[in-house]
Amino acid sequence: MKDTDASAKEGIVHKAIRHDSAHKHVSGAAKYVDDIAVPPNTLEILLGQSKFAHAKILSMDLSQVENFPGVIKVLTSADILGTNDCSPFAGDDPIFAENVVSYLGQSVFAVVAEDIKTARNAIELADIKYEELPAVITIDQALETGNVLGPPAVIECGKVDQALAKSKNKLEGKIILGGQEHFYLEGQAAFAVAGEDTDIVVHCSTQHPTEIQHKVAMALGLSNHDVTVITRRMGGGFGGKESQGNLPAIVAALAAKLTGRPAKLIYDRDDDFILTGKRHDFQISYKVGFEDNGLINSVIVDQAMRCGMSWDLSEAIAARAMCHAENSYFIKNMRITSHRLKTNTQSNTAFRGFGGPQGIVGMERVIDHVAHHLNADPLLVRERNFYPHKTSATHGITPYGQTVHDCIIQDIISELKKTSDYADRRKDIEKFNKNSEFLKRGISLTPVKFGISFNASFLNQAGALLHVYNDGSVYLNHGGTEMGQGLNTKIAQIVANEFQLPLDAIKITATSTGKVPNTSATAASSGSDLNGMAAKNAAEKIKSRMAEYLAAEAQIKPEAIAFEDGMVIVGANSYDFAEAVRRCYMGRISLSATGFYSTPKVHWDPKTFKGRPFYYFAYGAACSEVALDLLTGENRILRADILHDVGRSLNPAIDIGQIEGGYVQGAGWLTTEELVWDSKGKLLTHAPSTYKIPACSDRPLDFRVQLFSEGENCEDTIHRSKAVGEPPLMLGTSVLMALSHALQSVNGRSSYPNLNAPATPERLLMQSVGLDQANV
Amino acid sequence: MDTLPIVGADGGDVRNYLTFILNGKTQRVDNIAGDMTLLKWLRNQKSLVGSKEGCAEGDCGACTVAIVKTDDSGNLTWRSVNACIVFMGMLEGCAVITVEGLNGPDSELHPCQKALIDFHGSQCGFCTPGFVMSLFTAWSNKHGLMAEDIDDTLAGNLCRCTGYRPIVEAGLSLKNAKQPQWELDRNEILKKELLKIKSSEPVEITDGKNSFSVPTNYEDFSTTYADQPSSTIVSGATDIGLWVTKQNRNLSNMIWTGRVKEFSKIDQQEDFIIIRPAVTHQEAMEKLGSKWPTINALWKRFGSVQVRNSGTVCGNLANGSPIGDLPPALIALGSLIELTNRNKKRKLPLEEFFIEYGRQDRHSGEYVSGVFVPNKSGNNFRCYKLSKRFDQDISAVMMGANLSVEKTKITKATICFGGMAGTPKRATEMEKALLGQPFAPQSFIKASKNINKDFDPLTDVRGSADYRRKAAQNLVMKYGYELTGSFVPNLADRNQVENLVS
Repeated sequence: MKDTDASAKEGIVHKAIRHDSAHKHVSGAAKYVDDIAVPPNTLEILLGQSKFAHAKILSMDLSQVENFPGVIKVLTSADILGTNDCSPFAGDDPIFAENVVSYLGQSVFAVVAEDIKTARNAIELADIKYEELPAVITIDQALETGNVLGPPAVIECGKVDQALAKSKNKLEGKIILGGQEHFYLEGQAAFAVAGEDTDIVVHCSTQHPTEIQHKVAMALGLSNHDVTVITRRMGGGFGGKESQGNLPAIVAALAAKLTGRPAKLIYDRDDDFILTGKRHDFQISYKVGFEDNGLINSVIVDQAMRCGMSWDLSEAIAARAMCHAENSYFIKNMRITSHRLKTNTQSNTAFRGFGGPQGIVGMERVIDHVAHHLNADPLLVRERNFYPHKTSATHGITPYGQTVHDCIIQDIISELKKTSDYADRRKDIEKFNKNSEFLKRGISLTPVKFGISFNASFLNQAGALLHVYNDGSVYLNHGGTEMGQGLNTKIAQIVANEFQLPLDAIKITATSTGKVPNTSATAASSGSDLNGMAAKNAAEKIKSRMAEYLAAEAQIKPEAIAFEDGMVIVGANSYDFAEAVRRCYMGRISLSATGFYSTPKVHWDPKTFKGRPFYYFAYGAACSEVALDLLTGENRILRADILHDVGRSLNPAIDIGQIEGGYVQGAGWLTTEELVWDSKGKLLTHAPSTYKIPACSDRPLDFRVQLFSEGENCEDTIHRSKAVGEPPLMLGTSVLMALSHALQSVNGRSSYPNLNAPATPERLLMQSVGLDQANV
Repeated sequence: MDTLPIVGADGGDVRNYLTFILNGKTQRVDNIAGDMTLLKWLRNQKSLVGSKEGCAEGDCGACTVAIVKTDDSGNLTWRSVNACIVFMGMLEGCAVITVEGLNGPDSELHPCQKALIDFHGSQCGFCTPGFVMSLFTAWSNKHGLMAEDIDDTLAGNLCRCTGYRPIVEAGLSLKNAKQPQWELDRNEILKKELLKIKSSEPVEITDGKNSFSVPTNYEDFSTTYADQPSSTIVSGATDIGLWVTKQNRNLSNMIWTGRVKEFSKIDQQEDFIIIRPAVTHQEAMEKLGSKWPTINALWKRFGSVQVRNSGTVCGNLANGSPIGDLPPALIALGSLIELTNRNKKRKLPLEEFFIEYGRQDRHSGEYVSGVFVPNKSGNNFRCYKLSKRFDQDISAVMMGANLSVEKTKITKATICFGGMAGTPKRATEMEKALLGQPFAPQSFIKASKNINKDFDPLTDVRGSADYRRKAAQNLVMKYGYELTGSFVPNLADRNQVENLVS
């Protein structure tokens, strides 16, 4: 069989193909969980939530709720058939709180009713008596009281203290980074139907059907094979549907099981905000030692992160934050300490970047601070400290012991510097700022280096299932989930390319635990890397079986068989694909295959925090320019130039979409998106009226995004592409640093503006107060 | 189910079912709860699940649909609205078009849908139907697809995936596209169908528990409300809709202002522009905004197109909603508010209407029957809004200001703030400090130092007390600089921002 990968026939991969569901998106025909036509006897569920952040449950009288007309069942921990836990692994997240509530909004019971309006009316009749306990809400409170989930974790390399002591210059500082709500447009959603025997089918908006399957089985006292979880698509995930879908899915399944009727649990927006975890807020303290030329000798970083009331995925998130604390810089002496703080708030969870963004922003703050001290362009300090280029004689080693042999950040920076006209614009801006009292501009160019693979090596595996039916149509299934990132499109491209078929010959189907088992979450940007390889593997199996049979039939060598342009070339004959398939079928050849992939080379020791957690790194850089109104703190992104490395892009249109969306989401995190809890642990920002994600006019007015044209993964990834889901989010860092630049231009200012995030108009105004109006 | 005829206030029969057109088909809807929202009805009763619930409060736009009516000259008018906070009774006599109703014969996609596909404008797709409908409404109105107004067209639609650039480009690509013949034909048919269901009959729908009255003339409205002062008056439902969707409040009787023919007018007298109860923000904006560009800019930030198309000026004032950005501006203009109880009317300065947080000077049985905006207020009127996000955000601080200058001296000043107290409140000490002062920045800077005498603001999710004080002070300074001809930043102004891009 001829190798199509190396040939020029890679027509369908690397092409800007539109999203497979685009047609359905625009016509309203794309179905999400709440859109599934349900049987008329379907029940609707509402969760009863804790009114306190930390309290003992003294008594719970739900009789009035139960007796309310239209209420079919009330569920509490006593109704759970198996284990009362919905955590991804630590066993510390009760489905329904028992005895103690640990955050305000926690699920305590559920009302299962004929419709949601009935449930809403009934739930108000719950009579629960609490005895309030002292609550730990903030990072500072948790640090003061030593409330931690586990002991501090440390990564260290070199001789940190000596190198710091010997440095010509030393600085210390701190940056506070707020959390971030996912604000997927579709809230958490699950719809469960109990079948015969012990069967349960759950349709769920989740990035991790397998975990839902396992958790539902545990909670219902079933085996995994009793539970089927199906996910056609999500209305956005961003990490927020990696573990947070467990609770609604379990409760819906439990309700379906116990009532015998289909049951649906959809979080409305406010419930979604109040129930689910978010991006961790961080306080990052740093000490840095450096030379006059900007060379950084030593960095000590303390990352204090608010994990919330349970582990959820915080251990892995902490690890990734630590593994990105040096960003693109080769810091030979570095100590990173992570404090995983336990608080009586929502259990924080995965969010695009998974700790990486906090780690990276922390390091970029260090650079910005150093540059301010040296009165230098921060970009010079950045360039001084990059990891050696991949072509260098020696490579850098990360603090966690991975050699960086694919570093191309220099190439990206030098090209972006040119295309964005960085140097001249920076000069212009500084001149402009001298003459402008109330309006300042700022510019910043920041790099991203992001490690690709799950830190926990065992998760780096994937499966696919491929059927070729005897009419030549191809049915594709794989373990990844579609949340808008275009994964299904990319994988269909990969399979179409294998068979050299047009894209519409490949049927994309809903992810189902009944088709591909034991999958990992579609997370860590790994979706197409893992599932693409698995699907390719399945296609190759079928192709080689076909080739072998057709070759034998024609009495030629299998190597002479070629799949080309919808045809199969068999020696002198060529059949259209359907005919070739028909022949194989008649010849009793298996036209169905599973595919499998496990990422090579990765290993990680979670005890010593050393290893090669990442198969490779993705690189990118952004140059953002902002304008800042010093009288109000209002600001705008004027222009953003991005150059990002996706290796050899599987689909440039989809990749650019990920980059633009990631950048804007990152910028939102660092500017307008502010989560506010009161002192009692009540989340006050729980709807779009109070929590402000970027709106249309917040995008950069001038937005120039390019893929790095020389991009090619030096590892043997799927068609030499690179993962693209998470890395671009951290391009938004440039916005925060550009605002810092604008503040540094405030007339009469010499101190470093310690700008925290989100840099709301308030924070920006308060940073400039007293400096700009000295003459007033 | 048969329903008994309901006796109207004038003793005449009130129709007990609604008539409207959904995606080209005339609907007759009865026996339905008065608080049923359009979105719920579409999704649950009609299985039209293309319109999505993203927030149930009119902030995300995922449920955007188009409401079509004919104007006085028989032309179609198109409004995008958030179906999650539209009550069914508000559809009487209208046509509703949802994302499922756009395509042409043989399922040919509408140009707005095609453009979004061509520009890769959807990722997860959940917000997409709403964007389609916002673009479609702009397209149908032949307004809102140019570079200078596309952001406004889309401000009420949130997307978490794309970063908006491809959606904006899809929108811009439509500005010169031709309407397909089938759409023109369809619109002609729609005009005729709308005429067929045109009526001035009062309507009341109910499921026996929750009713929604749709009176059509002023006498009916006044009498009905005076007789049942416990009813809830609904205008645009951009606030009251949330009482239902968010607060689960049981509103047993609602009376809608929207079809009362006297209520949808903007009357122009010599001294006043009078805004009646059913006048939407959008309509008022077009009238007042052409006179004062500053209030036009405020209105754009205050509410998305969908919200402006539904919400009303009088409703905004009547509720004393903290979301009210308009009162400081209207107070600075010296506006009066008119209250009516049956046939008794009284007028008072708008600022006196707001007594304390959540309490207005509105007696039982009284309703807000008009806002009287002085016609002659001068060129020195400005409003400034401060919020975390430019569009669709509630102000941390809102200032409306106006002043008169004679012979280089300030002779009169009105400065009113929102967000600085429980109600919109005038900065009387600052105003006093300005009087008699030279019309120069220094006067404003000095006056702004009275901030602590005028206000003791709160800290909440929108801003701290310190920030509010500082920002309010700066806004007074900004006002002074701006009026006296200095450059001041205004990053909400697209032209200014465009000029800054390097």
